[in-house]
Amino acid sequence: MDKRKTVSRTIATILMLAAGVAFVLPFIWMISASFKPEIDVFKYPIEWIPKHWNVYENYREVWVGEHPFAIYYWNTIKVSVITTIISVAVSSMAAYGFSHVDFKGRNAMFLLVLMTFMVPSYSIIVPQFMIFRWLQLFDSHLGLILIGSFSALGTFMLRQFFLGIHKDYLEAAKLDGAGHARIFMQITIPLVKPALATYAILRFIWTWNDYANPLIFLRSDRLSTIQLGIQKFASESGAYYSLIMAGTVSAILPLIVIFIIGQKQVIEGIAMGGVKG
Amino acid sequence: MIGVQAMDNTITKTEKSKRTSGVRSSMRRRETLSGYIFIGPMLIGLLVITIIPTVLTFILSFADWSFIAGIDKIKFTGIKNFTRLFNDDVFLISLKNNIYLLLVVPIQLIISLVLAVIIDKLVYLKSFFKIIFFLPYISSIVAVAICFQLLFQPSYGPINQFLRAIGVNNPPTWLADIHYALPSVMVIMVWVGIGFCLIVYMAALQAIPKDLYESADIDGAGTWTRFAKITFPMVSPTTFFLLVTGFISSFKAFDIIKVLTEGRPAYSTSVVTYYLYTTAFENLKTGYASSMALILFGFVLLITLFQMYGQKKWVNY
Repeated sequence: MDKRKTVSRTIATILMLAAGVAFVLPFIWMISASFKPEIDVFKYPIEWIPKHWNVYENYREVWVGEHPFAIYYWNTIKVSVITTIISVAVSSMAAYGFSHVDFKGRNAMFLLVLMTFMVPSYSIIVPQFMIFRWLQLFDSHLGLILIGSFSALGTFMLRQFFLGIHKDYLEAAKLDGAGHARIFMQITIPLVKPALATYAILRFIWTWNDYANPLIFLRSDRLSTIQLGIQKFASESGAYYSLIMAGTVSAILPLIVIFIIGQKQVIEGIAMGGVKG
Repeated sequence: MIGVQAMDNTITKTEKSKRTSGVRSSMRRRETLSGYIFIGPMLIGLLVITIIPTVLTFILSFADWSFIAGIDKIKFTGIKNFTRLFNDDVFLISLKNNIYLLLVVPIQLIISLVLAVIIDKLVYLKSFFKIIFFLPYISSIVAVAICFQLLFQPSYGPINQFLRAIGVNNPPTWLADIHYALPSVMVIMVWVGIGFCLIVYMAALQAIPKDLYESADIDGAGTWTRFAKITFPMVSPTTFFLLVTGFISSFKAFDIIKVLTEGRPAYSTSVVTYYLYTTAFENLKTGYASSMALILFGFVLLITLFQMYGQKKWVNY
């Protein structure tokens, strides 16, 4: 009986492996094309493992050539890291306020935050653009960072975890004379660290992959993020497909590395609330 | 349990009432102040970034105006924008395409539920498979769209070269063909979204009590019966949740259209968000774009209300 189970499980695994490879075939093609000289990209039958290698030349051109990915990378890292830090700080503060501070108008304020969650981002992009131009935040990284830093989502997610902290902990600290600032920093933050990590990774990924906001709130090429840069690169460099693929591989790779390292957090975060950027 | 809580409450209440009222009100004031300090940054941010723009969208949707013209040129025209919208062929096509795109969601759900059950129960290397199917979701949609542009390339793209090699004489030109473009976009959207649904479904499957399956085994239930009688009903709240969030996010599809097709050919892949974008930022018709934005908002709100209503019914099965 057990042996039969093992055999059927092995067969199922092999079949799934085949399905899995088919599923990621576009990625394999992308990577393989990025390694080839231009004339081999569309050769048929497809050379999955390139016969002629052109890795160094392709990636050098992409990274320091006419549309320097090195700059796009630096911009994206800067924007994503700062957005993530601000967003985690602001969201965890709000989450603490909504769960452990008992203030007048708390429910009304929470309802207000809840309501902003229902507004689709594209519905308000025009007035946002106008306001940012007026505040002179248009075409600056600061503007892009601010746009990404305030979302009700983080507040909800983290609030669940703050609510999970037992009141007794906090009451004991209060009796010792600790104020809210100290309780927040020294007691609750260490307790919700795993949730903060989960939210931070998700926020980082969303900011890294964001395309619409950089498209609308940035104009100068030197400020472009990777997503914007790679699209410009693809539409302006015409038929250099091997280079374009080297660009897309460069755009995706860091996230795949982060995902594999922070797998547990990402999957838990997604599964927990089924959150979506 | 409730009795104990009530007792607790009365104890704290009597304790509080012993304090002098002056101390109490100053403490309350301090508590309220700290509350607003904690939620303040988020509140101010949301006010500037979401709440004020929402109000402005509402106001501007009744105006004939372009933001480069200056605030004094604003002209309120009542519901004229909306009557114009419903006679605007491009808008109607875009809206129709959005409705078609809803089809992506159920297809995604069926595939990912089947995959989730297989990965959860029938195979080794569980976490490896999770990663594999999640890759498209984690990848940037821009990179994915650019890659598919090449894969779908009509004359020398690998998909059509393959089709010709296996004897298909005139393979479709995919993204360049008015009939195939939208379905091609949908295929990509399904591919991208499967990973997300899969992860949520796997979490839901793990929450199903094991003894349900054990008693089904004792009754001699087969694989299909177990799926139809236990798995499917037990994950139905998840299905509902994924359906609704999927519908909402399909209304927000923009990136993939902008990068992949720009609505071409002949608006056959245009969606409301994309038409809104071109109206606002290329044709600079701020008022008209705002009325579109309001309709988009209306649709998303409708789906959300449907969710609130439905959740009550579905969660208790």
